[in-house]
Amino acid sequence: MSFDIAVALHRGDREIACRIAAGEGLTILFGPSGAGKTSILHMVAGLLRPDRGHIRVGDSLLFDAEGGIDVPVEARRCGVVFQEPRLFPHLRVAANLRYGMAPDVDLADRIAELDFLGIGHLLDRWPRTLSGGEAKRVAIGRALLSDPQFLLLDEPLSSLDPARREEIMQVIERLRDVVRLPILMVTHDREEAERLGSRIIAMA
Amino acid sequence: MDSGQFWTIVVLSLQVGGVAILATLPIAFALAYLLARGRFRGKLLLDGIVHLPLVLPPVVTGWLLLLLFAPSGPFGKVTQALFGATVLFHWTGAAIAAGVMALPLMVRAMRLSIEAVDRRLEDAARTLGADRRRVFATITLPLSLPGILAGAVLGFARALGEFGATITFVSNVPGQTRTLPLAIYSALQLPDGEGMVWRLAAVSVLLALAALVGSELLARRAGRGLHVL
Repeated sequence: MSFDIAVALHRGDREIACRIAAGEGLTILFGPSGAGKTSILHMVAGLLRPDRGHIRVGDSLLFDAEGGIDVPVEARRCGVVFQEPRLFPHLRVAANLRYGMAPDVDLADRIAELDFLGIGHLLDRWPRTLSGGEAKRVAIGRALLSDPQFLLLDEPLSSLDPARREEIMQVIERLRDVVRLPILMVTHDREEAERLGSRIIAMA
Repeated sequence: MDSGQFWTIVVLSLQVGGVAILATLPIAFALAYLLARGRFRGKLLLDGIVHLPLVLPPVVTGWLLLLLFAPSGPFGKVTQALFGATVLFHWTGAAIAAGVMALPLMVRAMRLSIEAVDRRLEDAARTLGADRRRVFATITLPLSLPGILAGAVLGFARALGEFGATITFVSNVPGQTRTLPLAIYSALQLPDGEGMVWRLAAVSVLLALAALVGSELLARRAGRGLHVL
């Protein structure tokens, strides 16, 4: 079991709740905007604390309300690709990529393994000079290089033109089929969900 | 007054202002961070106390400092015990007055720059494995650094202009506490002091203008999210 999640969180007068029991591959969290998909993703990442429930990814129990377990964000080893790239503006691309890496690992070697991302030529650039597609690929690369146990993708294809969408879709397929990390991905686009998802969990 | 006296005044002013800002910087930053990020009871009150020197008559601030640092006062006893000396009539006292008066301006500028740091970047850093200390050192601090420096430069300019609290607290002692504004005031009392007034006033205008321009340039860099060094 890759993801075993049952969480609930009160937000104002409504409740965001979700159950996910998913095997390997890419699990899609599908639903209209405002359904709380991003909140669920943030709970799995540890950025938002659920009121009830548990979060288990692979063999690790990351959160359990009853057992009083709440692994801090930085210890969860989750690679998160947020809706916006969230690249650090004061660091060049290379330093952004290196941010989550162990200090003794060679960046060039790891970039070579990730040739499908096509970010090798961007290393000396500042984030503000990148196009939307480039920034997204760097953000995905930065998440992968932090050696995560699983990936969380929040609307990774939104705000991209059709050509860049196709490019990032192929990257995600590659992550799903070749890198074989468990992936939880949020989208509101049915076409994306059906093409990429090993399974789809609908949220109302 | 001759050229020797002129330079004594300028150098003393830069020394008093510089030491005041260097000593106040960590305090101002800690207060700014607390006010920007902290959630605690009495935050509004702390905010008020920090800003007090900005709105109080400077003479009152000087008098309160005098009460605190007089040999029988609570801080005066400490300086006596530690250094066997008092800060009264001494340039260190002038630096304390200048630092206290500059504090509100520094805290304001720094607080704005800390509040302007995108919390989402800090979240992203944490998902990459950085603990809170590393997030602070590698994201929060560098991104707010231009604003911190802008606050320090602005505070320096304010410190150079300090008059009321200084003259009340540590008096007007040549070579010790007679900084630019006090020297201008003294020169105005002299029948032949006009030349000196002109020279000292010109230095004051130049220093203040340079500090304001420098502070504004740094603040603009902060607005663009660029690193400054």
